[in-house]
Amino acid sequence: MATLFFLFHLSNFQKMKISQYLLALLCPIILLSSCNKSDDDVATDTKSSFTLEFEHQVNGSPLALNTTTYKNAKGEDFKINVFKYYVSNIKLSKADGTTYLLPESYFLIDESKPASKLITVNDVPTGDYTKIEYTIGVDYARNFAGAQTGALDPINGMFWTWNSGYIFVKLEGTSPQSTAANNLLTFHIGGVVDPNNTIRTYSTEINAANPLRIRMDSKPDMHFMVNAASLFTGTTDVSFATLNFTMGGANSVIVANNYAKGLFRLDHIHN
Amino acid sequence: MYACSKNEDEIMPEEKAITFSVPSNFPAPVYNFEQNKLSNAGFALGKKLFYGARLSADKSVSCGSCHQQFAAFANLDHKVSHGVNNCQGKRNAPPLFNLVWQKAFFWDGGVKNIETSPLNAITDACEMGTNIETIITTLKNTTPYPEMFKKAYGSTEINSQFILKSITQFLGVLVSGNSKYDKVMRKEGGISFTSDELAGYTLFKQKCTSCHAEPFFTDFSYRNNGLDLVTIDEGRSHITGVQTDFGKFRVPSLRNIEYTSPYMHDGRFYSLDEVLEHYNSGVKAAENLDAELKSGIQLNSLEKSQIKAFLKTLTDNEFIKNTLYSES
Ligand code: HEC
Ligand code: HEC
Repeated sequence: MATLFFLFHLSNFQKMKISQYLLALLCPIILLSSCNKSDDDVATDTKSSFTLEFEHQVNGSPLALNTTTYKNAKGEDFKINVFKYYVSNIKLSKADGTTYLLPESYFLIDESKPASKLITVNDVPTGDYTKIEYTIGVDYARNFAGAQTGALDPINGMFWTWNSGYIFVKLEGTSPQSTAANNLLTFHIGGVVDPNNTIRTYSTEINAANPLRIRMDSKPDMHFMVNAASLFTGTTDVSFATLNFTMGGANSVIVANNYAKGLFRLDHIHN
Repeated sequence: MYACSKNEDEIMPEEKAITFSVPSNFPAPVYNFEQNKLSNAGFALGKKLFYGARLSADKSVSCGSCHQQFAAFANLDHKVSHGVNNCQGKRNAPPLFNLVWQKAFFWDGGVKNIETSPLNAITDACEMGTNIETIITTLKNTTPYPEMFKKAYGSTEINSQFILKSITQFLGVLVSGNSKYDKVMRKEGGISFTSDELAGYTLFKQKCTSCHAEPFFTDFSYRNNGLDLVTIDEGRSHITGVQTDFGKFRVPSLRNIEYTSPYMHDGRFYSLDEVLEHYNSGVKAAENLDAELKSGIQLNSLEKSQIKAFLKTLTDNEFIKNTLYSES
């Protein structure tokens, strides 16, 4: 087998030539495809925006970091110091079944950064949407895709460096019931490989009488209630005496199965 | 790559362009630089970051402190890595070469992309003990970094992605495929094995290649080779959570093995003689011991010396001495 050379192995002169050839080949294609577009496509092609608002609560009371004491389903006291999570791959559906997947939609929502709780999404085709769904966490591929930026930048402290992959939901706090040092609670939920896959999706129908009405002149707001206590109930009631630390693995799956049920609730839409 | 508007004088200066080539006896790599186009400026920046002690918390440790070129980028004489504040890590620093053919990194395969493989070293309290935010601030305020980032990425912005991608350009170009073994395989320049080396190669193919498979001298699987009855470091099961992976570690490459002592995940053996004696008489009946090693690998002293002679043909002096990779 002859030595394989990659493109950058070529001299610049060769590169120049190649790009000229490519251009000669590509130009007619570009011209053709731009002529192809029919006029009615363009007409329905209007785009607008909407916002997603996440209001953090613990069983109905507002979430306040570090100060307020809450109770889990087992009646154990706890406080929350850190609460952040990923919402990604947002998909909207219309009543006729057509869907729109927001490209590159990765958002990190962090209780300590109020601005992160209000997301504006631009360039969405106008229309009436009756369903929304999104991933709680980050899809499989992006967990292994190398150095990322924006919400997925490892600088955000949501990337495990010893076992590649994102932390999807992070809740840290304290509970007198926790047997860990300093009564700490450490819930870092992530992992994408079976049997410990913790990717979960949230989806909800939107009342057809008041759909998400995206118009050129109306940019609706979707308001979600987010219950941090949902990590500890729903499928399995968690006692901090026995489960106070998880960073992936079987215990993370227990927590993910819980919050898949109750982390998000669509409260209302302002059209 | 080159837009057609680009005119002749913008073309790169005479400087030799950094290249990545696949030795003809190697398969296609896993990582192919498609999303991280190699450039002289990107490589130079990656190399500067690799050797720059500024990345660490106490500014005393660089990647190059633990990954030394003369040891094929392993850490000579250090059983387990030594980081900032003289903190002892728990594992032996592996050599760095042919990384673009690896699907996973670290002894337990926990890291899945070469681009994110430097992160652990940077953030681990025991290695460089710092965080990316601190590094970015330091780099922004230290010449010549802003200018080097500008050359490489067209903007003085410094972010984690540029840092990681440029280090990857340096790591990815570390290809070792010019050992005597490679030249014999490629039938280059009439080079051939001595009779000892050839006998060693034959023995190696009988007893070792099922795990240390050619041409990388690893099949990249995770196995237990009977170092301890119960290991302290759980290895692969730390990542998979599966009990049958307890005590398993990635089969290491044996290229440049002459220079990468000490050996094994915890650096317990200082010489190849100790390693061979381990296979001959020291294999312990660990719970997940590889089936092939149930009764060890019997080797008499002649066979040992022949295998050693063969292992030394895996030394790639052109790699060890290539000034392109040196701190300079
Ligand atoms: C204090 C010593 C130390 C420093 C400093 C260090 N490393 Fe490492 N490196 C190690 C050890 C130990 C491992 C193996 C870790 C494990 O398996 O858990 C490793 C593993 C790696 C690997 C994976 C190799 C493989 O085959 O799996 C890469 C790549 C790497 N280091 C690159 C770097 C880069 C880039 C830097 C600088 C940003 C760096 N290292 C700094 C000790 C160090
Ligand atoms: C059943 C699989 C298997 C077989 C067969 C095997 N090895 Fe290994 N070898 C391993 C594993 C796994 C390790 C790493 C173990 C660890 O660090 O926990 C290793 C480590 C080594 C090392 C240390 C490398 C380093 O960089 O630390 C050397 C040298 C070595 N083997 C040589 C040989 C030779 C020579 C043979 C044949 C006589 C052989 N091995 C047969 C699986 C195997």
